[in-house]
Amino acid sequence: MNVSIRVQREDFSQADEWSALRARTGAGAGAIAAFAGVVREDAREGTPTQILYLEHYPGMTESSIADIVREAEGRWPLDDVVVVHRVGELAPGDQIVLVLVASAHRAAAFAACEFLMDYLKTRAVFWKKETRGAASEWIRSTEDDFDRAASWKGEDGAAGD
Amino acid sequence: MGAVTVRVLFFASLREAVREDALDLRLPPGATVADLRALLAERLSGLSEEAARAIADGDVRVAVNQRLEQSPDVRLAAGDEVAFLPPITGG
Repeated sequence: MNVSIRVQREDFSQADEWSALRARTGAGAGAIAAFAGVVREDAREGTPTQILYLEHYPGMTESSIADIVREAEGRWPLDDVVVVHRVGELAPGDQIVLVLVASAHRAAAFAACEFLMDYLKTRAVFWKKETRGAASEWIRSTEDDFDRAASWKGEDGAAGD
Repeated sequence: MGAVTVRVLFFASLREAVREDALDLRLPPGATVADLRALLAERLSGLSEEAARAIADGDVRVAVNQRLEQSPDVRLAAGDEVAFLPPITGG
């Protein structure tokens, strides 16, 4: 099982991460699920240009992500996991996060990928600040994010409800 | 035992309120996480009432050497890295 976790200011290339994962995993990894998050543009009319600033705690942030990956490993048989998360100033349209999961079968790959994202959204040590025009605000996880993470509480690797 | 010096780190909204990302603080021997919270709250009250209250009330969590503090009675040792973490947003 290979785990690769990176927190970085630079953009990432999904193609490069994919190739590297393919080079590590053999033919036994019959399923690879990928998720890429992009900073969403606020669709409301008249919304001033929006900047998202992400802050992290070097070391602790990476270990919080490693804890989440370890929890996924305990639920599904995984061959390879890649998590790349960006920090610093991001604009709408910028890539912010990449998760790749390789497993023997697609059910585990899909489920683990979704689980990792739901937990990253609530448990990973990041702080986000949103700037719209002249106003800046530190934001918190949304109720929906917490609900999604809580829905994974079941012991059997399936969603709890 | 002499005084112990710890490295204190601030993040996000707290870092902005305190206008520092890190400072070194001398504590009396045997000082605990709770003692550090009280000392910092007092020291910061002139700078930011809001930050001081968040630190004192426990709205801000503490990590000692990058592990979340389990008990306020944990004693701090020289060279410890003590981080004050406002509620996280997640990734």
